[in-house]
Amino acid sequence: MNLIRYQAPELASNRWSTLRGELDSFFELPFWSSFPRAGQLFTGWSPALDLYQNADNIIAVVELPGMRKEDIEISLHDGTLTIGGEQKREGSGNDKAERTERYVGTFRRSITLPTRVDASKVNAAYRDGILTVTLPKAEEVRPKQIQVS
Amino acid sequence: MNTLTRENRDADRAQVDQFIAPPASVIEAGEGYTLELEMPGVTKDGLDISVENNELTVVGQRSLPTVQGTLIHHESRPNNFRRTFELDPSIDADKIRAKIEQGLVTLTLPKAEHVKPRKISVS
Repeated sequence: MNLIRYQAPELASNRWSTLRGELDSFFELPFWSSFPRAGQLFTGWSPALDLYQNADNIIAVVELPGMRKEDIEISLHDGTLTIGGEQKREGSGNDKAERTERYVGTFRRSITLPTRVDASKVNAAYRDGILTVTLPKAEEVRPKQIQVS
Repeated sequence: MNTLTRENRDADRAQVDQFIAPPASVIEAGEGYTLELEMPGVTKDGLDISVENNELTVVGQRSLPTVQGTLIHHESRPNNFRRTFELDPSIDADKIRAKIEQGLVTLTLPKAEHVKPRKISVS
């Protein structure tokens, strides 16, 4: 496969060249990774998110490779968990992008939680490019053992 | 200078069941190239980088966090990562350096001394 050199997104001078750049990068993506990423071409980046549930917690696991902890924002509003931030591009202005499949810029990802959670006890860890957010279920939705008297 | 990122797709195709190709960016900066690959869940120990027959292969075995609970919404894929690049002849393969930070692999591929621009002084 020959590399088609195309402009870095921020250098694209008009709508058509932007579209062209996106199409080029789309066709350069390896076959398998084009499916989950097809949606990001025009809407930004949507990192893969898994949601788990156990008796006490809702756990969100999000793939956020190559970020700084400080650039990740987590918020909780009306039962919706939102994870956002900015993928920053490093390097000087003299650098020439030969291939840019990595998303650069801000992103935001929301998911509605299946039960109420205790917003004051949310805990997050970022390790090896994976963000794990643990949201303890609200007291009233936790399973309760009822004693038979 | 275009061949750094020419991929060997046939090599990838045989492994498609086990591996997924990570998104990559290539930046040319004066003295060489920087290659970035997104491999969330891969640690230093799970990373294997090799150069053979002028082909650079990056393999990342993931060690994903184990979560106690039932999966109720699923988007991620558990596959390991693998991607192959054909190296431009200008790259000095002996001087390739790599690091991994938060699932982002960064390879520094310096150009060989003989292809760097140099000034010839007129005597």
